[in-house]
Amino acid sequence: MMDFGFKLSPSSAVNLDTVDRARYDRLVQLVPDARTCIDCGSCSATCTAAPWSGMSVRKVLLGLQRGRDDEVDAMLSKCMLCGKCTMVCPRGINTRQLILTLCRLDRKGEVVR
Amino acid sequence: MVNRTPVIAVIGAGIAGLEAARQLSGLGYEPVLIEKAPAVGGHVAEWNRLFPDMAPAADLLQSLEAGTSGIRTHVDTEIASLGRLKDGYSLILSNGETLLCDAVLFATGFHLFDASRKEEYGYGIYDRVITNRDLEQWFNTRHDPRVGKPKAVGFVHCVGSRDVKAGNKQCSKVCCITAIKEAIEIKEEFPDAEVYCFYMDLRLFGKKYEDFYIRAQRDLGIHFIRGRVSEVGEAIDGRVVVKAEDTLSGKPVKVTLDLLVLMAGIVCNPDAQHYARELGVAVDEDGFLKSRDNLGAVIESSRPGVFFAGACTGAKTVPETLAEARSAALAIHQYFNKRR
Repeated sequence: MMDFGFKLSPSSAVNLDTVDRARYDRLVQLVPDARTCIDCGSCSATCTAAPWSGMSVRKVLLGLQRGRDDEVDAMLSKCMLCGKCTMVCPRGINTRQLILTLCRLDRKGEVVR
Repeated sequence: MVNRTPVIAVIGAGIAGLEAARQLSGLGYEPVLIEKAPAVGGHVAEWNRLFPDMAPAADLLQSLEAGTSGIRTHVDTEIASLGRLKDGYSLILSNGETLLCDAVLFATGFHLFDASRKEEYGYGIYDRVITNRDLEQWFNTRHDPRVGKPKAVGFVHCVGSRDVKAGNKQCSKVCCITAIKEAIEIKEEFPDAEVYCFYMDLRLFGKKYEDFYIRAQRDLGIHFIRGRVSEVGEAIDGRVVVKAEDTLSGKPVKVTLDLLVLMAGIVCNPDAQHYARELGVAVDEDGFLKSRDNLGAVIESSRPGVFFAGACTGAKTVPETLAEARSAALAIHQYFNKRR
């Protein structure tokens, strides 16, 4: 391709009109407390895997609602299921169960595993 | 001290004025209510249901009005001038009457911020943009063509509050819970609608407020987006396009809505400032009336014989306002006891 000395970057904007929240909607049916996340960051701060992998339960939940499935799946694959995030969550969300449930869902929200 | 029953001019017949007048009357004084609007009730009369128990605003007003039924009340009446006398105050009313009184109680309340001043939100420009007051009136009357049957509704917190450029750096305090209350009511009314709240902080300090928040999130799936709406535009079909940053993910977001509700904040009442200056009562830097002491004497002004109740000194909830009204009545009682 011809090099013009610049390139076009795809927009990072999130369009909430078109974003597909099917996986999130299915998750909150199975784990309703997931909706009560207040993005405090306790889970990420205590996460054993976070310093090396960028894992963050908070960002997983946010990414699901913003259609950022690739980032969500990359983060999920780094979780070691140690359960520390469950211990610190001030809303009492069972984050470990949340992650396990999410790992069983495909991107359309179907239970596949 | 005079031997006749002391007369207290109560400026404003919203909930603060009504409750204070009721208490003063019960303590044996003669309160006189002065209200510029054609009816008593103030802002609460424009509201539909009140947090935290979703009690009808009309019920509260009904009980307050029942308690003040024998009290001299001037509605549709402005105060032309206020003067200080040796032992009291004289008020010249717009109906021509002169009221001589022994104490003055400011129950002048607040003004709702004029949302059209935040032009970027499009109030008064786009048909689908309304305010919290408009929505409450729709709940009361069900007549507002702007509401329709929305499939997507947004709430913008902090409109004209915590906004230095709008001249109001203070927090209006009650809009967070009001927005969540109204979001829940909209979701109950239109269960299929997606509801978004755009907030800077959520300040849910009061009893049961956090329960509202958890219910809105968990049971109703209301979306909370942390980010101040930057601009609102109109789509070709007349819906509104809202742009903000989702600051938790650091990405710009946009969404098309059928209805956008602006949570207009609580700002000072310019009439109260005017009356305060005429009486030589201090006004605070935020435009609200200045208490003698912000801890122990919130209801006392800088002048003996002039008292405050309710939102004239800053944003207040309904129970706080009622408590202050009772407290002001007691302070006035003590003031006369000392003079006796």
